[in-house]
Amino acid sequence: MSGQPPRSGPRLLKLAFIATLAGAFSGLFGVGGGTVIVPLLVMWFGYSEHVATGTSLAAIVLIGLFAAIAHGAYGNVDIPKAMLVGVPAVGGIVAGTALQQRLSGRTVSLLFAGLLVSVAIKLLID
Amino acid sequence: MNELAVILLGFFGGAVGGLVGVGGGVLFVPALAIFMGQSQLEAEASSLVAIVLVALAGTWRQLGYGNVRLRDAAVIGVLSPLGVVAGTVLANNVSERALEVAFACLVLFFAAQLLRRSFSEPAPGETR
Repeated sequence: MSGQPPRSGPRLLKLAFIATLAGAFSGLFGVGGGTVIVPLLVMWFGYSEHVATGTSLAAIVLIGLFAAIAHGAYGNVDIPKAMLVGVPAVGGIVAGTALQQRLSGRTVSLLFAGLLVSVAIKLLID
Repeated sequence: MNELAVILLGFFGGAVGGLVGVGGGVLFVPALAIFMGQSQLEAEASSLVAIVLVALAGTWRQLGYGNVRLRDAAVIGVLSPLGVVAGTVLANNVSERALEVAFACLVLFFAAQLLRRSFSEPAPGETR
């Protein structure tokens, strides 16, 4: 169709690719998939970092919900333990998004990267 | 004591989620596995419930800052189930150890990504 914006087809395909990849990460690893969504939105659609993070979080609401239902079907979801980690995390994210508006986040990123490396070592050694 | 560690890691995971746009699961899963005695698979499953809460709160905050493209987010969310089901079925059919090692690789990849991003930003934190 001549009236159609020429890039909408590839755009939808790219979004579908991001969705499938993020969904697979979510189901396989119990994460939201932001690790793949944010860089791809920046790289493919020229999103700013802030808009990519905001849009990623909104997509994760649905992805996380689908993945929680899928894992729930296998009977592995423990709601009280999820709340123990999830409720403080809600406080954390409100603080984090407020900080993002005025901080570089570089120090936090470095701290977090260090923490992640120790987590990986612990997982591999145990 | 273990509960305290989980609460602290939850808070920190949420804060980082707000800063870099992830749900925080990369920290929730090890928190539950290491301190709550859950298996890798159980920790992953429970982490997802926490992620939904965090992502809801994060989206609400980011909407206020005008940082959410709802249409693209909805398209990504709605098209995700194929990947979700594939990932979930795979997670439930590989050995616990394989899942642990693969998760550790994801964690290292994420750490590298964070490091690269924090060193390559020319003007960090500048509101664009």
